[in-house]
Amino acid sequence: MSGEKEAPQVQEASRRETDAPSSKLAVFSGADALELDSGASLSPWQVAYETYGSLNADRSNAVMICHALTGDQYVASTNPITGKPGWWDRMVGPGRPIDTDRYFVICANVLGGCLGTTGPASTDPKTGRPYGLSLPVLTIRDMVRAQAKLIDHLGIETLFAVAGGSMGGMQVLQWAASYPDRVFAAIPIAASARHSSQNIAFHEVGRQAIMADPNWAGGAYIAKNVRPTKGLSVARMAAHITYMSDESLHRKFGRNLQDRDGLTFGFDADFQIESYLRHQGMTFVDRFDANSYLYVTRAMDYFDLAAEFGGSLPAAFTGTTTRFCVMSFTSDWLFPTPESREVVRALNAAAANVSFVEIDSDRGHDAFLLNVPEMFRTIRGFLTGAAKARGIPAPGGSD
Amino acid sequence: MNGFPVTSDKNGVRGDHKVVASLVPEGARVLDIGSEDGALLRLLAETRRVDGRGIELSQDGVNRCVAEGLSVIQGDADTDLADYPDRAFDVVILSQTLQATRDPKGVMQELLRIGDQAIVSIPNFAHWRNRMQLLFRGRMPVTKYLPFQWYDTPNIHFCSLRDFVVLCGELDATVEKAVALSAHGHKIAVPAPWWVWNIVAEQAVFLLRH
Repeated sequence: MSGEKEAPQVQEASRRETDAPSSKLAVFSGADALELDSGASLSPWQVAYETYGSLNADRSNAVMICHALTGDQYVASTNPITGKPGWWDRMVGPGRPIDTDRYFVICANVLGGCLGTTGPASTDPKTGRPYGLSLPVLTIRDMVRAQAKLIDHLGIETLFAVAGGSMGGMQVLQWAASYPDRVFAAIPIAASARHSSQNIAFHEVGRQAIMADPNWAGGAYIAKNVRPTKGLSVARMAAHITYMSDESLHRKFGRNLQDRDGLTFGFDADFQIESYLRHQGMTFVDRFDANSYLYVTRAMDYFDLAAEFGGSLPAAFTGTTTRFCVMSFTSDWLFPTPESREVVRALNAAAANVSFVEIDSDRGHDAFLLNVPEMFRTIRGFLTGAAKARGIPAPGGSD
Repeated sequence: MNGFPVTSDKNGVRGDHKVVASLVPEGARVLDIGSEDGALLRLLAETRRVDGRGIELSQDGVNRCVAEGLSVIQGDADTDLADYPDRAFDVVILSQTLQATRDPKGVMQELLRIGDQAIVSIPNFAHWRNRMQLLFRGRMPVTKYLPFQWYDTPNIHFCSLRDFVVLCGELDATVEKAVALSAHGHKIAVPAPWWVWNIVAEQAVFLLRH
């Protein structure tokens, strides 16, 4: 069964971070119960977040970063579980395009996540046991509602900017649609206003892999002290393929063999790409909760911004004064450019202030997390223009 | 841009841009179609404090504009104006682009629909130099101002200034102002009747209202 490749100390740290994160924490209850799209109400609940830089006297320089499916609040600081640097530290930091010397940057673990914000691995205060599948199913809008409660808690009325890639970009669009007066500038990157059928299909493969693992135990694996590592690892492997382009896979791995001179005529990882994917799968299971993976992928699948506005995407942005910078990447086939263009068309139909940049990159969907100088130049330029309009300092440094 | 050797002043501002800017009201909501490197949008932001947006065909141009803080999207005048609601802008600008569109009349209709006013600048195909080449050489005009051969020109729908005014009439658009320009983009200040401009002006800027 599973377990042979586990790194117990990482898993223990991961368990610990679920209820008592080493990042900042805000706990809500009573009047601050979270009313969810499913009709359920969550109370008490908590959100784990990190902040960087300082809030100015006018409280006008706050930037919210929304993370992607398997991301976390450690956007620009070391992840306490993996020890890895912040997942977007080229974008966010001192002198970076989202300059922490100028802006107060907030990044929260999403609702349904497993790094301190309430999710299926969190302890249900009513039972003393992990929620597991008893946690209500969540949506992108629920995640954004939770973030809005967080900025209320921090005393921030309007965010200077909200930025994020992939699922983070979905949250950015939801922010702009749900709280148009609280978002001065919005930067949805490699995202879409609704999850495509193809993307739902990939997520379903991942979820089925998890639920087919006997160690998933109907979602109650924590109580039984087992982990569906095989299933979660396969889910991660399948998903990881969708984050890269054929071209980047070919360039990086081609048909190269892994530590061997010829084919073994067996089912070991003969090819480098197989070995790479297995490694990606195995390291993922130590830091991520399988049920969280089910909940967060489901939230993405349910995302359809137009549906919330009578089927009209332009209606989601009617009268908006938010400035938008929409960005896509040429080789991204998970959230391809036409989906960003659809958002741009809707924004035009609402006569919104919008910039749209498609960046030439062969790195696939993951490009938004990588060192893509043109992306940094664009965000820096966009924020410079937005900062001028907002009357706050532009990002310092240069790319 | 279609090969016009417009000259700039010592601050790098193009003559035709200055003329366009002079027609834009202070603080207007402006859509600049064919933003190129964003020079006109920058000028309008600096001198007229406009709320400016742009559409540019080349992705490279778009990326440069956005990196400078301008609100520009990649798009095509022939297809992408349909997305905008009626009267979305105070002024819509189409600079030296109409002759390169597939459907100039359709584009003009869209301009007049989405803007309260439209500013359109066009090259004048009936300029005397072009007339001379056609008359005496029997060849399609190729000048240093219109440097393309007939088979490689991006300017697929040329017209004379007169033709353009006729089209405006057909579209119920009032010409509120027209400024004749030399090839270098300098205003021809001498007052003259229309038929004279149609011979001596190499380009012109029109301010229209539906």
